[in-house]
Amino acid sequence: MRRFGAFHIAVLAAGFAFLYVPILLVVIYSFNASRLVTVWAGFSTKWYAALLANTQLLDAARVSLMVAAVSATIATVLGTLVAIVLVRFGRFRGRLVFSSLVYAPLVMPEVITGLSLLLLYVAVAFDRGFWTVTLAHVTFTLSFVAIVVQSRLISFDRSLEEAAQDLGCPPAETFFRITLPIILPALIAGWLLAFTLSLDDLVIASFTSGPGATTLPIQIYSAVRLGVSPEINAASTILIGLVTLAVIAFSLSTKRSEVERQRAERGAAT
Amino acid sequence: MADVIRQQQLGGVRREFAPWTDPAAAPLIRFDAVTKRFGDVAAVDGVSLDIYEREFFALLGPSGCGKTTLMRLLAGFETPDAGRVLLGGEDISAVPPHLRPVNMMFQSYALFPHMSVAANIAFGPKMDGWPRARVDARVGQMLKLVQLDGLGARKPHQLSGGQRQRVALARSLAKSPKVLLLDEPMAALDKKLREETQFELMHIQYELGMTFVIVTHDQEEAMTVADRIGVMDKGRLVQVGTPAEIYEQPNSRYVADFIGDVTLFKGTLEGRDGDVALVRERTSGVLLRALAGMADAAPGATVWIAVRPEKARISPDPLPPDTPNVLSGEVFDIAYLGDLSIYKVRRPDGTFMKASQPNATRLVERPIGWDDKVWLSFAPEAGVLLTR
Repeated sequence: MRRFGAFHIAVLAAGFAFLYVPILLVVIYSFNASRLVTVWAGFSTKWYAALLANTQLLDAARVSLMVAAVSATIATVLGTLVAIVLVRFGRFRGRLVFSSLVYAPLVMPEVITGLSLLLLYVAVAFDRGFWTVTLAHVTFTLSFVAIVVQSRLISFDRSLEEAAQDLGCPPAETFFRITLPIILPALIAGWLLAFTLSLDDLVIASFTSGPGATTLPIQIYSAVRLGVSPEINAASTILIGLVTLAVIAFSLSTKRSEVERQRAERGAAT
Repeated sequence: MADVIRQQQLGGVRREFAPWTDPAAAPLIRFDAVTKRFGDVAAVDGVSLDIYEREFFALLGPSGCGKTTLMRLLAGFETPDAGRVLLGGEDISAVPPHLRPVNMMFQSYALFPHMSVAANIAFGPKMDGWPRARVDARVGQMLKLVQLDGLGARKPHQLSGGQRQRVALARSLAKSPKVLLLDEPMAALDKKLREETQFELMHIQYELGMTFVIVTHDQEEAMTVADRIGVMDKGRLVQVGTPAEIYEQPNSRYVADFIGDVTLFKGTLEGRDGDVALVRERTSGVLLRALAGMADAAPGATVWIAVRPEKARISPDPLPPDTPNVLSGEVFDIAYLGDLSIYKVRRPDGTFMKASQPNATRLVERPIGWDDKVWLSFAPEAGVLLTR
């Protein structure tokens, strides 16, 4: 075991402080009894109680969760299909164009994605609301799902599918009985990633949402412009908690599939 | 060597089995001028081959010779570009894999990692819609057959390599297929386990009376398990025959060299003395005599004589003058293998010849040592005349 000196620990602490002190402050002040953000007046959970009475914020939270769940589900289905096409269909014509187009949203500035979607919705006279935000989120989270699932599919042993067919399983059924259960951890990881990204998003949502479909980040942002209230701190704390849970679940499920893959490979080698 | 002896004993039990010698016998599997190309390369190039019911047939060749492609054509994972694949007289070239009464054991075993051992074995029968009770009974029967009773609930990753191999075998046998295909089934096992498994496989095949087709690059394995061997090279079948035919009467330098150890003498055919061919060796000018056999070559043609090391005689003393095919040289290398020793002899013209001698007695000192001058000879019947 390697021992760490005081210097190492100091550097580590500074690094973590840089990353997490701001978040920690939000969490701490959400339990502040005072309305003033800068003055600590004792521990209280009253802002959480107030939050429960704040229908605007609660509605926004509900909208956000709905948008995140629906868009993550659609993105997982489409992203998985994209990954299958990219990994399984070999070198078809236009493969490079296809993969570039799929991955372009990853590097596209969000403002531009949001603006272009807004222009599109206006052009086709699509009333902005729940579905416009959801579709917008699908367009950019799909790429992330595709990457996660693709990397799993590349290491997938095709002879498993051949073995199933050899034993009398038709090709389509083989996908649901063999392929899908084995790559499921990657699909779950992709879904969680898409869910988190959607829950976080402010920029694209603010372009593409409409009346009645205000997401939580938009609600928080507009509330903060009128002054930071401890209620917002409470709402943010809950959001942070949700995202943290999703991220932990994502890394656990990717870790699990990685461990399983390595175990399977070790198995094949011995 | 012990393998060879046991194999001969087993071969004795089955001596009656030789449907390929019966012109009236209908083959179970027939490859009819089958060609399969990948891009510009013909992985299988006009192969015609008959395999009979209850036969244990081995496809043997180095990697890339097309043996695996030939097997995949039979399983249905590849479709031929030309020619037909027939099973029981029916053309199955266009039948997809899941509808063929043929099962395969994969080199990687391809066990479903998310299913238990029992579920893996039950997969095929379930797909065929067997009733539950019959599936369960079959799983039990198969686990017993491969000696894995009580391990049905385990997941594949909880098994050893040898156990996984057995599960793969049980799974591919569960549906009692007409033909079982085995793709390098023992490549991942160590030597000891491989030998045991080979005999077990022969036993299972004999008990179940199934037709087995095995793909392997290991000539010893092919000779141990198979009734007949098809030797492949660059997509073509070079020779098909029983292990003894392949070993004793190879039809080309490729087969002679691939199966077992051999010394090849290149020379010019000078003529015949009865059924013995007279060959003048190129490098030394020595006149060698070998049975002409089936080889048809005109005088003046380039031919080769193949001699197995165990059929050559090695002696530390000069041989009597009437001995045929006498060659001399100095011992270059000795490989002591326990049951026998192989001597690599360097001849005056710089070529090498191999001769082996069984170590029948426990001699502490070897009568032949490094750099000793030795005399070699082989009987005309021991040499095989090859024209290609």
